[in-house]
Amino acid sequence: MQIYLPIAETSVNAFTLLGVGGGVGMLSGMFGVGGGFLITPLLFFIGVPPAVAVATGVNQVVASSISGVLAHLKRKTVDLRMGLVLLLGGLIGSVIGIWFFNLMQRLGQIDLIVQLSYVIFLGIIGALMFNESLRAILRSKNPNAPRRKLHTHIWLHNLPFKMKFRASGLYISVFPPLLVGVGVGILAAVMGVGGGFVLVPAMIYLLGMPTKVVIGTSLFQVTFVAAFTTMAHAVTNQSVDVMLAIFLILGGVVGAQIGTRVGLRLKAEQLRILLALLVLAVCAKIAFDLLWTPSELYSITIPGRF
Amino acid sequence: MRVLVIILLMLAALPARGEEVIAGLSQNRVSLTVNFEGSEILIYGAVRRDGPLPEGPLDVVISVEGPPLPAVIWRKARRAGIWVNTESQEVRAAPSYYAVASTAPLRDILSPDADLTHRISTRLAIFEARTAPEARDPAAFTEALIRIREDEGLYQSRENAVALERDTLFSTRMTLPKNIVEGRYAARVFLVREGDVIDVFETVIDVQKAVLERWLFNLAYQQPFLYGLLALGLAVFFGWGASAAFRLMR
Repeated sequence: MQIYLPIAETSVNAFTLLGVGGGVGMLSGMFGVGGGFLITPLLFFIGVPPAVAVATGVNQVVASSISGVLAHLKRKTVDLRMGLVLLLGGLIGSVIGIWFFNLMQRLGQIDLIVQLSYVIFLGIIGALMFNESLRAILRSKNPNAPRRKLHTHIWLHNLPFKMKFRASGLYISVFPPLLVGVGVGILAAVMGVGGGFVLVPAMIYLLGMPTKVVIGTSLFQVTFVAAFTTMAHAVTNQSVDVMLAIFLILGGVVGAQIGTRVGLRLKAEQLRILLALLVLAVCAKIAFDLLWTPSELYSITIPGRF
Repeated sequence: MRVLVIILLMLAALPARGEEVIAGLSQNRVSLTVNFEGSEILIYGAVRRDGPLPEGPLDVVISVEGPPLPAVIWRKARRAGIWVNTESQEVRAAPSYYAVASTAPLRDILSPDADLTHRISTRLAIFEARTAPEARDPAAFTEALIRIREDEGLYQSRENAVALERDTLFSTRMTLPKNIVEGRYAARVFLVREGDVIDVFETVIDVQKAVLERWLFNLAYQQPFLYGLLALGLAVFFGWGASAAFRLMR
């Protein structure tokens, strides 16, 4: 069954959309990742214009993280103060990202920018994940291996404007979290992702936050930055497709429920390697498209449309 | 003597009078509904003539033109190993859809003058912008535009696709692909004799988004803030609602 997308102005198969939403939802349920970094490139592959894929992807992130953030707020596993600083940075980053996005769209280079950022980020994330899970497997086989020290103070934390983050047990400068927030906000606007895949490691390794508040706080930041970015895309370039979003969300929420249950029964390390390989495969496909001589050297853009 | 020849030529070029074309469409409205997968329109008609059937072959050319839009055509080149849009050229207006069907190849039945006057062949339906003097090979961009849209089914040039019976009844089918834009599509039927157009019939196909799609599109462009709130509302409703529903089911 074909579905006509009123903003993208084309039809795509409804079951493909539900499949993309459901498949990525399952992965996000299994691994606790948002999945925006897989949804957006998969939408490119099925022929949704990149600008629409990015803006609609970020709308989908709101849906996939809202119930998580509510649950964490109830359990009080959100460092609200840290969350607000990260959020402030995120909003600044989102504004920068939207400006850059619209500029590149006017210059006819937005597809390239989005694809390039995906190659870079998926490449890094995939390699890190692969490495990490390989080491986790080795560690589980050799329990005497040395463990990594969790919280170390680095010079970044000693910048001026120090602030107490009680829930995280931190007393550090506001600049590192602010800058992390800005970076994540830019990613959200340009790539249509929540940015959790950058935010979570940054919170653990760079800010030194305790793991128990990391997920809740990152979801808090991601939800609000994604909501703001959705509004910004809708208002400045009209590229949010509600019809597309509904199908992705419906597939996504059902997939996430299934994924959560499946994930409980499977071995995490091996699964993580599979996810890493999937991420690397998507990265390779986009990179291949950029590097390989295209069969059609020309492309058409219509000013004011996608 | 020369004047006589010119007069004779002009007489010969004069259209054979008394032939008129009347045509109809299987549908005048196309609605881009949620499950729109493309559409096919039957265009049929007849030639009415008062006198006897004139000598010589009669041909019918039918064109359907979607709303013209400006376009920018980009050419990629390799920069630092990757393929990047480097050169571009603007087109003042190119039909978003253009299909032309005829009883025989256009170049065999239509004189270049008549083609130019009525802008019948695909190439002439595109209005190029004045190209910058430094542009290399400007024609390649227009050719690329036609090639890409032909691949997408948006431009169709179908010779021998019009069936003409006893020089009177004709019909053809035009396919509208799923990726057409909305607007007024001009359908024209040309009666051609000896290279010249002797009669034209024009009508309009109204392609419109269906009610919901229309409403969403208008909201997105006219009330973007409300539209953004709607998108967020739906995301919150479905995201939170679905997990609440699953919790109840457990």
